[in-house]
Amino acid sequence: MAARHKSVETKYYEDRDRLLKALRNCDRRTFLKISAATMGAIMARGLIPPHTFQLVEVANAAVQKGWDSTGASGSAPFRFAYISDSHLYERTLNQRFVRSIVKAVDDVNALDPQPDFVLYGGDLAQLGEPSQLEMGRQILSALKAPVKMMVGEHDWFLDLGEKWQEMFGPPTYSFDWKGVHVVVLQSVYEKDFWTARKMTPMERMQTVAGLDNGIQSRFEVGEQQREWLKHDLAKYPATTPILVFSHSPLYKYYRNWNFWTEDAEQVQAILRPYHKVTVIHGHTHQMLLNQIGNISFYGLLSTAWPWPYAPEGLPKLTVQMNRADPFDQLDGCGDGQFTARTDGLVDTVYNLWDRNPVTVKANYLVSRGKVDRPPAPQFASY
Amino acid sequence: MGPRMKLVAAGLFGATIGAAAVYLNASNRGSQAYAQAAPAHHLPPARDGGVVVQLCDGVTSTEVKGLKPGEQMSHAQALAVTGKLMDEWQRKHPGKHWVMAQAETGAAPHASASPAANPAGSSSIAGPGAAAAAPLKSQQGDTYASFHDRDYMIWQAQTDAFVAYGDKVFHSTKLLGSTIGVSCDMCHPNAANTHPETYPKYQVQLQRVALLRDMIDWCIENPVKGKTLAPDDPRLRALEAYILAQRKGVPLAYGKH
Repeated sequence: MAARHKSVETKYYEDRDRLLKALRNCDRRTFLKISAATMGAIMARGLIPPHTFQLVEVANAAVQKGWDSTGASGSAPFRFAYISDSHLYERTLNQRFVRSIVKAVDDVNALDPQPDFVLYGGDLAQLGEPSQLEMGRQILSALKAPVKMMVGEHDWFLDLGEKWQEMFGPPTYSFDWKGVHVVVLQSVYEKDFWTARKMTPMERMQTVAGLDNGIQSRFEVGEQQREWLKHDLAKYPATTPILVFSHSPLYKYYRNWNFWTEDAEQVQAILRPYHKVTVIHGHTHQMLLNQIGNISFYGLLSTAWPWPYAPEGLPKLTVQMNRADPFDQLDGCGDGQFTARTDGLVDTVYNLWDRNPVTVKANYLVSRGKVDRPPAPQFASY
Repeated sequence: MGPRMKLVAAGLFGATIGAAAVYLNASNRGSQAYAQAAPAHHLPPARDGGVVVQLCDGVTSTEVKGLKPGEQMSHAQALAVTGKLMDEWQRKHPGKHWVMAQAETGAAPHASASPAANPAGSSSIAGPGAAAAAPLKSQQGDTYASFHDRDYMIWQAQTDAFVAYGDKVFHSTKLLGSTIGVSCDMCHPNAANTHPETYPKYQVQLQRVALLRDMIDWCIENPVKGKTLAPDDPRLRALEAYILAQRKGVPLAYGKH
């Protein structure tokens, strides 16, 4: 009984002892840093000091790990949700995909507390038609939390992004959020394959929409955008946690299906100096996990349909989700959330519809699979 | 076999090759052909009450007067008729040199017969390096063993064209008859995750043992939201062919879930 139910007083004394023990190990300089960070954290929370020892402990942990807070407020854990890869057709043609994205919006609106923002992972439209994009925007406008848009190839290649940019603004941008620097990329540029073949815009779009035809070029971030990324990151110290939102995976998984970014190595090199980088990508419609050097990679679920795992190139750290049941329209689809932790790493929850949700902690990726392994599938791909 | 008969046989053979070459070159047209009924040559009507015999080019024909339908010709008569057809063909294609394929390619009958099957040795079967002039005889005169590499090439090309048509249907919302813009490759790029080698198996959702074609039909009816295809629909057969072709070399494992 005593072990499970601790009184408030017991907890208070335990916190206090833990804190004093930690503080005993610091020198004067570190002590000053901790005080400043604590003050900052307290002010950010709008609390009158002293409130609890935990704030100091958190600030201490942050400072000990050599993580300087950006700005006066420092960094605090925050949550954001995502909806991705809805591939909308006109409502008159296909209601199933519409129902799925509406279900995802309902899921996110039902979260309590609400996430800080919602990432839209790309491929809002199936064929990039203005009517499809408009309907998508209308559906997403029902979200209570603010939406951060990202572009996918299905949105882009009908008119090379004209309508999407008119509706949602530049596809490449960055912002700071509670001490984390967030970068949103357009990582589905393709070298021109349509002019020589005299394709119409719709033919170009249909070609890009087909995953397994060998005609389209491989995705890339491109030199111009890589330069932009370099300059954008240059202002931030290497200890700043970086969050990259990208549609293509920013690594090389399976070339035949464009689960691939052609200049992945160059982009990873630009990100290498930063100690904590998390890339969150769409396009693959499956539970996908990877760790390359300092970068953790999370793939997003689709609301429309699941892709099977590729026959080769699957990252070692990926624990597959069970094969999708074709008799269940929603199986293998879903939405999810991310938690940006105080230590700058990111955890996720895959909210798979009609299945148990799967939590993946950054510890699993950062430890290269040694701890916190997600549950194994019963029916893997073969 | 007399020299004339050999000429006729070779000529017919050559005409077949020619026709097949045209057929293969227009592979797109070839795959279109699967969308309709199997090609048939239409014989012109008999004018003198005899039997019309047509060459495999589908155009050259002659009428054998006095022959009743179902009646057998004598050997001499048959030679005369086929000779006439070949002469007509040659007249239409002057200067065409056709190869007496069976003699000149020098290829031995397909080496599927094990050494044990011809204990008398290969005296009657010419090896690959045999003199071109020696006419090849199959061991037992059976049709199947008389086919050569060129035949296998033609058959493979035909199969590949059919599989290519299946590929086309697999990726086409129109050909599948989808009413919601969904095609097979959306969930099965390169026919991934189709597992044709695991059928037949009991599919509890269908409440019966399912074959690959049952699952194809089910998928067309449900995720694709089209009309199920009839068993002899060329699209269904082509889809089956395409899916199976993608899993070449995978061991059969019926019943695997």
